[in-house]
Amino acid sequence: MSMNNTVAVQRWTRLSIASISLVVLFQLVLAFAPLFLSANAVDRLTTLFIYGILALMWNALAGYGGLVSIGHQAFFGLGAYGAIRLADAGMSVYPALFVAAALVAALSLPISVVMLRLRESEFAVGMWVLAALAHLLVNLDPLIQGETGTSLIALNAYAPDVRRAYTYWTALFAMVGLAWWVFWLLRGRLGTAAQSIRDNEEAAASVGVRVLSAKRTLFVLSALGCAVAGALWVATTISFQPKTYFSVQWSAFMLFMVLVGGIGTFEGPIIGAVLFFAVETAFGATGVWYMIGLGGTALVFALLIPKGIWGTIESRFGIRLLPVGYFLKSDRST
Amino acid sequence: MLLSASGIHHRFGSLVVLNKVDFSVSSGEAVGIVGPNGAGKTTLLNVLAGALRPLAGEVRFRDAAITGLDAAERCRLGIGRSHQIPRPFLGMTVFENLITAAMHGGRFLAEEGHQRCIDSLQLTGMMQVANRRADTLGLLDRKRLELARALATDPALLLLDEIGGGLTDGEAAELVGIILEIRRRGITIVWIEHIVHILVQVVGRLICMDAGQVIADGDPKTVLGDKEVIDAYLGGVAA
Ligand SMILES: Nc1ncnc2c1ncn2[C@@H]1O[C@H](COP(=O)(O)OP(=O)(O)OP(=O)(O)O)[C@@H](O)[C@H]1O
Ligand SMILES: [Mg+2]
Repeated sequence: MSMNNTVAVQRWTRLSIASISLVVLFQLVLAFAPLFLSANAVDRLTTLFIYGILALMWNALAGYGGLVSIGHQAFFGLGAYGAIRLADAGMSVYPALFVAAALVAALSLPISVVMLRLRESEFAVGMWVLAALAHLLVNLDPLIQGETGTSLIALNAYAPDVRRAYTYWTALFAMVGLAWWVFWLLRGRLGTAAQSIRDNEEAAASVGVRVLSAKRTLFVLSALGCAVAGALWVATTISFQPKTYFSVQWSAFMLFMVLVGGIGTFEGPIIGAVLFFAVETAFGATGVWYMIGLGGTALVFALLIPKGIWGTIESRFGIRLLPVGYFLKSDRST
Repeated sequence: MLLSASGIHHRFGSLVVLNKVDFSVSSGEAVGIVGPNGAGKTTLLNVLAGALRPLAGEVRFRDAAITGLDAAERCRLGIGRSHQIPRPFLGMTVFENLITAAMHGGRFLAEEGHQRCIDSLQLTGMMQVANRRADTLGLLDRKRLELARALATDPALLLLDEIGGGLTDGEAAELVGIILEIRRRGITIVWIEHIVHILVQVVGRLICMDAGQVIADGDPKTVLGDKEVIDAYLGGVAA
């Protein structure tokens, strides 16, 4: 067994290099989209990017941290609220979106101390309570005018086309930035920690993984991402009504995208977001039956196809497009 | 003394599972633990590894109290363990299971950690399945993975819980060879095993537990000949 020198660890394959290159290329094309796409298409894509962010974040938390939240609309709403507050205080609108998200992320750190003490279903409910509480507190702010809401009036300073393009680029930048960041994190120490926690928390601790600190990182990351998404949402719709932003529907959307796409995989939530976007575009985003359809589909996946679309493909064909893993390559096996 | 536990007491409900147990192992030693089902062996191992906090008692490692440390911190100090019922990271490959252990428990940096994992795979004979996802492994390979993964954390003390069950004679001999090699590398071993004839080929000292207590401790031959041990261990079968 002295084939020591013929063994090497491989982290990239031809397929994954090719797919990464394609992704980068595609992102470049997207960057120029406002120059050749219709106004409506640009708006729709902006929406898709926001869904993408939400799916990525919920998956980071649930898929890797094992923390199922039905209250991340708290951060979504607070991100939007923060943007409105900062813009009202005179901050330039687009930077305000990110500053608001950063503030929400900072706030999520003390919140995580309380929430991560809770176990599974308690955590889910705890987060839901947090969202309700955040909703109530935001309503206390006179600037918001209760459920009447307010709007991000500072955006009116921009011509519609300019605003549309700016918001699009901001959303694209946020999604791409967060996706690469999560990818980079998953390829590093946090990646092995998170995947081991996903698979078996006790075993993870037994091999030295600091479970709580990894979960805290994922929690703050997900809060940051959801807050960015919320701030971007208010930038696209301009109006802010607390009821819409702190609605549990956002959790339902995230759940759907992640479960259908493939929980605990990097690629899955992106596929889920595209699919959700397609469904929404086809059926219109309204009505009770639409929500029931979404919930039903998510449930069917959870019960019958728990790995989701990408997880199933990945385990059946053994492919990884965006590799976060480690492949042991020996000259004998190739 | 590398590790010592004193006055360990634990109950599940009204069932006393560990009754003021004292246990210690010195550096370089290999200790076997036997005892009938439900004797409290795994529970003791969980207490030593930090997976379970006992109701009373103290655990010391290299002369420092570690009673308050959780499993992850103890692993980082050099206490590695395997699980009686394997707990692989199912969504990761065998090699990635080990990488995780080396990165966190072993605190290795990239290259060094990779080498340690390859080494551990070779020692346990798992090179052929290195890139298989753990959920495709059978029970025997999952048990070997427990051992390989614990080794990848670079332990000073290795706590093993029934890794020898269900083996053929040939496989058992291979396992004995592996554990002897681990011992030769200076790693202290505590090994819980029902299959006594495998155990005595490795350990220099044997402990017998029954009903939450240590009922014998010493030279394997003497312990196995002890009347109390024979009664406890074979009682269920003979009676
Ligand atoms: N988490 C738990 N909750 C309740 N009872 C438990 C728990 N874990 C173990 N027990 C009980 O404690 C007793 C000791 O269990 P333990 O697993 O330590 O025994 P053991 O000596 O390892 O047995 P075996 O040889 O079967 O592995 C048993 O009666 C078992 O049923
Ligand atoms: Mg046991």
